[in-house]
Amino acid sequence: MQNTKTAHSNNWSEENVTRIVVASGKGGTGKTLVAANMAWAVSEQQTITLVDCDVEEPNVHLFFPSEGTQVPVCQTIPQIDAEKCTNCGACGEFCQYGALLITPEKVIVNPSLCHACGGCRLVCPEDAITEVPREIGTVTTSKPSDSLTLITGRLKEGEVAAPPVISATKDAASTNGDVIIDGPPGTSCPVIETMEDTDVCIMVTEPTPFGLHDLKLAVGVAKQFKIPSLVVINRSDGSDTDILSFCNEEEIPIVLKIPFSREWAKIQGTGHLIAAQDPTWRDAFLNLFTQAKERAEVKLC
Amino acid sequence: MLKIAILSGKGGTGKTMLSAALADILPVKRIIADADVDAANLSILLEAKDTTSKPYFGLPCAVIDPDLCTGCGICAEACRFNAIIPNGDVYTVRPIKCEGCNVCVYVCPAEAASLVMKENGTLYLSQTPSGVLSHAELFAGSGTSGLLVTEVKKQAEANSEDSEVLIIDGPPGIGCPLIATVSGVDLVIIVAEPSLSSLHDIERLVTVCRQFNPVMTGVINKYDLSPETTEQIEKWYRQEDISIIGKIPFDSEVLTSVRNCLPVTRQQSPASDAIRAIAGKVKDYLDEHE
Repeated sequence: MQNTKTAHSNNWSEENVTRIVVASGKGGTGKTLVAANMAWAVSEQQTITLVDCDVEEPNVHLFFPSEGTQVPVCQTIPQIDAEKCTNCGACGEFCQYGALLITPEKVIVNPSLCHACGGCRLVCPEDAITEVPREIGTVTTSKPSDSLTLITGRLKEGEVAAPPVISATKDAASTNGDVIIDGPPGTSCPVIETMEDTDVCIMVTEPTPFGLHDLKLAVGVAKQFKIPSLVVINRSDGSDTDILSFCNEEEIPIVLKIPFSREWAKIQGTGHLIAAQDPTWRDAFLNLFTQAKERAEVKLC
Repeated sequence: MLKIAILSGKGGTGKTMLSAALADILPVKRIIADADVDAANLSILLEAKDTTSKPYFGLPCAVIDPDLCTGCGICAEACRFNAIIPNGDVYTVRPIKCEGCNVCVYVCPAEAASLVMKENGTLYLSQTPSGVLSHAELFAGSGTSGLLVTEVKKQAEANSEDSEVLIIDGPPGIGCPLIATVSGVDLVIIVAEPSLSSLHDIERLVTVCRQFNPVMTGVINKYDLSPETTEQIEKWYRQEDISIIGKIPFDSEVLTSVRNCLPVTRQQSPASDAIRAIAGKVKDYLDEHE
């Protein structure tokens, strides 16, 4: 039997490589802006891999249009051999997700509820269940420049299971060299899968009650993984007091403030990079990268 | 009761701002639900009070009794989620990775593994000047947000009394929480902003929503920040046969009202006026379909 375990595991063991996640809790605070500009600035100096783990809505590629190679991401689902199945119901009884419906005539598989745990195959007394792959997304690798590799995970529209696609996307990056990951919003499974086995988290927030509320949640997730964080305030306009006091309390450094400007909103909105248009900002994003690498050395307990 | 979901694909385009404003001014009896359980912010804008809560249990989680574990490792081998790791001479479960599938319990020859209920968050029901609000908080690092979205919607329906409409502030993305949100919804209001990212994301959102067959209508927020991208989005809406219910200008009053934790419609401003026009059209829709 094919080992299906890889669908949920990352094999990142290289030393001397920093894996930086850009997260936020709240959507739309500027994660992609930070990840894309920082990766571009770094790529002017060294090789870097940029990974888009916001697989439900990946957008980094809009800033780096280039042809890539695409591979499918599959999850296994049970297939029931009607010849062997006695309709005993053991599989349906075992399944914790309701993915196997036992009808008087036969067992019906609901692929979207299946978590690919393999339990049904284990419990089937007739050996009637095999597992077959089913495409739930894709991973695309492209080379926008000699020094920049972009890896984009994409969940197929209508599919629910983002974590296996995120895991496969991260696996595609497990070569050598530093990695910047553009993370998904939220605080649940997709964020957990993204943060696992990474070294440091750049939290992008905005000076609103929403930004702060969700920053607190995202910092909570990073803490569970013992990953050190640093903060970027986007659309900063000086009303940052609440964020400052939270970061003080948590001993999280605020390393960059990006002011709001209509001009930049337009640059960003049309798929362009601030860092590529303004050397001051190129340097600011380079500095952010350096600070993140330093912060990654901090051991939390 | 008609159900309206405010969705966007991309985060931060103004779902919660618009949801709170519609909840504030729609002239019918309404109930409100915040389905963005990962990062629930609607209660901040709706002056929620008299909140009651109950624990939310998601999927169960495995535990291994260290006194019974013989350290054979069969469970770790069988676990597809990498949730079981060695810990000295025995094995232990990482709750953050466990999906409660029960496979370890089934394969353990020493009967050391079992499933336990795990509190994954809290369901809240609050009173607001706009109506009853059903919302929730998922504990940081917990899974099963889709399941919690379903609970939030169920709780709203159970408390809807004679409400004419359920207003749902949706999650970003197109995965499990979004699908749990859009299922059973009559009208989807899509909130875009003039950026290529937003356009890309609503394309994917609409593909997913179509599977559930709601009426879809489009809004462009901060439309004047990039007129040419707004034009592209308008063209796309037309192409997809999605009517545009309104365009909201960039307006510093929006930020001010969010900072004051109030719906933007409490003040008169260009954005507030635009949303009032949108609310009028939503009311027309309700009247036609009641």
